[in-house]
Amino acid sequence: MKSKSNSFTSWYKSGAPWIWLNGGAVALSMVMVVGLLALIAVRGFGHFWPADILQTTFVDQQGQRLPVMGEAVRSEVIPAVIARDNGYAVPEDQPLVTRYLIKQGNRDVTSRDFMWYLETGMDEWQYPEEALAIERREWGNYYGFPVEIREEGKAVSHYGGQDFWQQLEERAERSVNLHRELRRIEKTDIGRINNAMERLRLQERRLQLDGISGAELAEAEADIAARRAELDAQYQLVKAERDEIVKQTKRDQLVTTTADGKEVIIPFEKIVRVSRPNAMGVLAKSGQYLERFWEFLTDEPREANTEGGIFPAIFGTVTMVIVMSIIVTPFGVLAAIYLREYARQGIVLRLIRISVYNLAGVPSIVYGVFGLGFFVYFLGGSIDQLFYPESLPAPTFGTPGLFWASLTLALLTLPVVIVSTEEGLARIPSTIRQGSLALGATKAETLWKVVVPLATPAMMTGLILAIARAAGEVAPLMLVGVVKLAPSLPVDGNYPYLHLDQKIMHLGFHVYDVGFQSPSVEAARPLVYATSLVLVMLIIILNIAAIKIRNNLREKYRSASD
Amino acid sequence: MLETSELELTRSTLNQPAEFSQPVVADDTAATPSHTQANKPMLLTDEAIKLQVKDLNLYYGQKRALNNVSMVIPEKKVTAFIGPSGCGKSTLLRCFNRMNDLVDSCRIEGEILMDGKNIYDKDVDVPELRRQVGMVFQKPNPFPKSIYENVAYGLRLQGVKSKRVLDTVVENSLRGAALWDEVKDRLHDNAFGLSGGQQQRLVIARAIAIEPEVILLDEPASALDPISTLKIEELIYELKNRYTIVIVTHNMQQAARVSDYTAFMFMGDLVEHSATDELFTNPVKKQTEDYITGRYG
Repeated sequence: MKSKSNSFTSWYKSGAPWIWLNGGAVALSMVMVVGLLALIAVRGFGHFWPADILQTTFVDQQGQRLPVMGEAVRSEVIPAVIARDNGYAVPEDQPLVTRYLIKQGNRDVTSRDFMWYLETGMDEWQYPEEALAIERREWGNYYGFPVEIREEGKAVSHYGGQDFWQQLEERAERSVNLHRELRRIEKTDIGRINNAMERLRLQERRLQLDGISGAELAEAEADIAARRAELDAQYQLVKAERDEIVKQTKRDQLVTTTADGKEVIIPFEKIVRVSRPNAMGVLAKSGQYLERFWEFLTDEPREANTEGGIFPAIFGTVTMVIVMSIIVTPFGVLAAIYLREYARQGIVLRLIRISVYNLAGVPSIVYGVFGLGFFVYFLGGSIDQLFYPESLPAPTFGTPGLFWASLTLALLTLPVVIVSTEEGLARIPSTIRQGSLALGATKAETLWKVVVPLATPAMMTGLILAIARAAGEVAPLMLVGVVKLAPSLPVDGNYPYLHLDQKIMHLGFHVYDVGFQSPSVEAARPLVYATSLVLVMLIIILNIAAIKIRNNLREKYRSASD
Repeated sequence: MLETSELELTRSTLNQPAEFSQPVVADDTAATPSHTQANKPMLLTDEAIKLQVKDLNLYYGQKRALNNVSMVIPEKKVTAFIGPSGCGKSTLLRCFNRMNDLVDSCRIEGEILMDGKNIYDKDVDVPELRRQVGMVFQKPNPFPKSIYENVAYGLRLQGVKSKRVLDTVVENSLRGAALWDEVKDRLHDNAFGLSGGQQQRLVIARAIAIEPEVILLDEPASALDPISTLKIEELIYELKNRYTIVIVTHNMQQAARVSDYTAFMFMGDLVEHSATDELFTNPVKKQTEDYITGRYG
């Protein structure tokens, strides 16, 4: 007994319990982080795998046997009572019943694309080789059987014919290419002309506001009219080109039948991708998986964000974080240098420092409200009055946009940068400063040539924390510049190239929007996971980049900070 | 009488103010002139005076760290400050290039004259003063730059851009600090790659690159191994031909080896100040004798 208590005491004294406690805490944190990432990854990545198309029949409430076709999404077990209450015939001796969620697509034909079907009375599942999955630009996916391909209304190839699949593939590819060309013309060429037209309009308005009159006005107006006519001529040319392509896209049609035998004609111009998942091997599916994942990363969203890609959101997030970093770093570093090096240490400084630290704890939505009230309405409104009177009453900077979003986030992350920079400055050994001062350097020279370079790793640490926080922030952004769907990217080929006044899309907001605001919950669910995954990866990439830079700096200044 | 005439000689050569009446040793000793060793070969009064401290009092807040210190530092000689920790020797050293200005609570009364000009006057340009009075600290403190840039730092501050001038000065300074042969092939490597002793010599090279008149050494060898210490001591011996050197040290053997004059300080008082041989072989004050014979803890 005695020896046992002794061994416990010595075990306790050895410090082992503390090691276990600390190790356990680390392990628990790791399990939670890895579990979270794994959950997001599995749910998000699974979405892009081309699922097989099942075909079967089921019995509805009236006892009729109806065909159904689509992708099995998931299944669940429910009490049979509920199924009976809903009017289904379930045998009395069965307490539980399985039901399947089938993505049957064809929203334009059957009105609901996700349906639950009871296992009771369901036929065996079949996977017909010829079943088509068609991703469309409108109405979501379509599942059906091919019948024939028509060109200008005339059938050119029937299903079963030798070249049918080849024809289908070629025509689908042609229409996708034509669509891409069309988008390019609309975005680049017409976008450029519109941009120039808008600038001419603003120029004209400015002339009126400036109160120029007489010969000068006539001359300027003639000039504008000439340039406008030139743009009009250009537009007519581009429009003719566009119309020609639009006509071409309307050439082909695909005739199909649904599972219940209804004939559906799908124009090729609406087709994004045609595939026969049941006929594809693992290799072909992997290829398509990568293709779809790449499309998700690089394409624009379709169908109220529930289809297509998230590229504008990725781009918007990255742009915003970069602009924010450019704003917050100099402000934070300068403020920290002043607080640490120049300000007289005393009660006022203590108050200021406490206020700065507490800024980090202010709820982010409060920053959003402040940003909207002060930055957008007050600052932006004043900027519009002063610099953009010609476009009023339409606001230029007096409306939420990229710059205000970045500025609000910069304010939000300022305390982090200030605190880390101050700590970095405090850690620099005083002997280094004295060494510089003893050589006849002034305080400012010592600061900028010796102290600040040594503190750069700490500044980078601050910036890393700031980036991590800013990239994941959603609440304030909804007020100051992030929207559900931005018409164009904040960086493009039109002067002034970086459009700080433009509204942007953001991954965090995209998750919220797709998850809570989308018309089809089931269609949106996997996208929520996939978008979250991209957001996490983006933050990790940004952080790794910043950490690499910091480690390089640390290596450079290693011994001095020991 | 002899003493007075010597003083007059010094005064006339340096054109010192008339009220100059510097005692050979600290004030209480001066009251008993019979102790002054006028017949010894090395006498403070024989030397040209570089720095002169007059009735210097220094306070850290309420605490008085230096009590009425008055002394002279001879030109192109090595003067060592010895004394137990906290006796004020480093504080006094830092007064010569006004490093104590960096301490907010520090207050100074009295004067320090360099070549007759009070360095605590309002119109003194402190960075300019520090260019004339270089300093080397206890712990090597190279900047996080290359060896070359460390030495060139002071010159770049003065706006020297010519690569030729910089190259020459860097080489000469490194030779002057007996470091050139060890680093000439890696001038553009980070200075942190050097050993402690090399770093300390680099810091000395950095200090002499801007051609100061006085070099203050604050326990320059206390963080070094015996071989590096020896090198530093040899270097100090070389440097005294060109610079006035003031060194603070805990190591009495070191003080005895390198210095021409030694000042013993205790509790903020300058107890005794005379030629090194004299102070170590024939101390006037009991306190000094106790200290150099190791009777203090």
